[in-house]
Amino acid sequence: MNQMTTNQKLHAAATSPQGTGTGRPLGGALSIRNVSKIYDPEGVNVCAVNDCSMEIVAGEVCMIVGPSGCGKTTLLNAIAGFHSITHGEILLDNQLLCGPGKPKASQGADRMVVFQNGALFPWRTLAENVAYGPIVQKKMTKAEAHEKAYHMLAEAGLGDFGDKYPGEVSSGMSRRAEIVRALINEPKVLLLDEPYRAMDALTKSIMHESLLETYDRTKVTIFFITHDLEEAIFLGDKVHIVTTRPCSLKKTVDVTIPRPRTYESLSSEAFRTLMEEVNEAVHEEAVKAFQAGERELA
Amino acid sequence: MTTASQTTETVNAGRRTTAPTGLALYWYRFQQSLSTPKPYLTVLGIGLWLFTYWLLCEGLRVDRFDKIPGPVAVAKDWFSPTPFQGVSIFTENYYNHIYVSCRRILIAFALATGIGVPLGLFMGWSQRVREYAFPILETLRPIPILAWVPLAILMFPGFEAPVIFLATLASLFVTTLNTMLGVQSIDESYFRAAGCLGSSNWDIFKNVVVPGALPFVFTGLQISIGVAWFSLVAAEMVSGDHGLGYLIVDSYMNNVTVPMVIGMITLGFVGWITSVLVRIVGNWLMQWHVKALALQGR
Repeated sequence: MNQMTTNQKLHAAATSPQGTGTGRPLGGALSIRNVSKIYDPEGVNVCAVNDCSMEIVAGEVCMIVGPSGCGKTTLLNAIAGFHSITHGEILLDNQLLCGPGKPKASQGADRMVVFQNGALFPWRTLAENVAYGPIVQKKMTKAEAHEKAYHMLAEAGLGDFGDKYPGEVSSGMSRRAEIVRALINEPKVLLLDEPYRAMDALTKSIMHESLLETYDRTKVTIFFITHDLEEAIFLGDKVHIVTTRPCSLKKTVDVTIPRPRTYESLSSEAFRTLMEEVNEAVHEEAVKAFQAGERELA
Repeated sequence: MTTASQTTETVNAGRRTTAPTGLALYWYRFQQSLSTPKPYLTVLGIGLWLFTYWLLCEGLRVDRFDKIPGPVAVAKDWFSPTPFQGVSIFTENYYNHIYVSCRRILIAFALATGIGVPLGLFMGWSQRVREYAFPILETLRPIPILAWVPLAILMFPGFEAPVIFLATLASLFVTTLNTMLGVQSIDESYFRAAGCLGSSNWDIFKNVVVPGALPFVFTGLQISIGVAWFSLVAAEMVSGDHGLGYLIVDSYMNNVTVPMVIGMITLGFVGWITSVLVRIVGNWLMQWHVKALALQGR
């Protein structure tokens, strides 16, 4: 199975209900329907998300782009089950996550989050971090989980760093380990909240390559929040541009650049056209957000 | 091939390629520190302090200081097999006082830690426990330990129990409060990540709350052992029949001033040693924290 080309894997994913060779259960279609979220800090109603709908096909890399503080993270928190929603519904593979009668989704290992500032437990080594999920879910014994953790870390190029604490490795490495920690649980959806925000451009490009490589291997559905337009087009199948607060879908751009993508794709004509298209839509919202001058909600 | 390896060997000849460990590491650090002004300044500082002390009491015999035994008088008695004023490193009662105080501290510190750490962890973790316990704690905490002395004597029989109670009480507040703050200082994303990974509440308590609060807990314990000594001596002065605090106040009552000073200096050293022991245990338990701090150059 490992010798398969990307196309063959795609084909296998589409036809066999067991998914690809990684044994990942097929699925991960997210439906966000008319979702609204009203916060109530100190008695003032703040509408963070307003009537936002988007459909994310299973196995798609979906990039969410919008001005800072517009409510993108609120949307992610609702999917992950950290926050409730006020109206609308969110479905994963046609199963209700949250909606009428169930404002807050329950947290589960089918939706794994990679946090903006990184949330590897600093008191556990990288391997212990990765092995944590299967152990607490009682899916594997400690020994099995650790063996798999070392194996998966090695796949991500972190083979020699399994015994290091997150504080001892670079931010790029710890972010990669965090994605491995998510993937070991075989999630249907990977939720990334500006994971590469604090990184320099060089590290970022390495992280992009590694994420693309991981995606080609697992075909997990990716819900990726970012500000970086180049990143959005380079990584995504679809780029959803959302409005400034309250957040709702403004425009969806299909990225037609074929996979596997390399850094040469960045200088292609198609890339430049897409960049202009996205930029125009985002810039409008950025100006609005700036004029509103509201303080970003966390 | 041979030339390459030979070159490497020549370059590396006499160079350390791995970091020293254990005692070798301490020796290395000691050697390194000799090339900085730090140890010399420490020695100079101690010398200056002793000189001032000597000058006030024995050199110039400043008015009112002449009643205080100077460093020479103290040292003569302290290290004499036949001390003029009854206490030296050769007399049994000296060690008895130290032993009694240390035993009380050990019991009090163990009690305060055993009650304070779990209480603080639950108070930090659970809103409900915090609401029950916090107001009472905050009301009792500002009451000075000396104000508890009459109550302690009424409540407990004998000499031992009231003294231990007072020492426990003081350090209990410090430990509880620091532990609670420790839990509250844990980044919310660790809780979220643990939830995503499928942790039960108990898993979160074991794997996030306890290790996450540990740095604060040990800071608290270092303060708390100091506070324990502080209140122990106060308690021994009021109600006690042995111990360093008793030695100090008893010597004063009997107008023998040298044992008073010996008691004070001994107290300083023993307190310092206990504090170092707490720090060593803490560092041993928090390898991850120590390594992260070391990489920041601390």
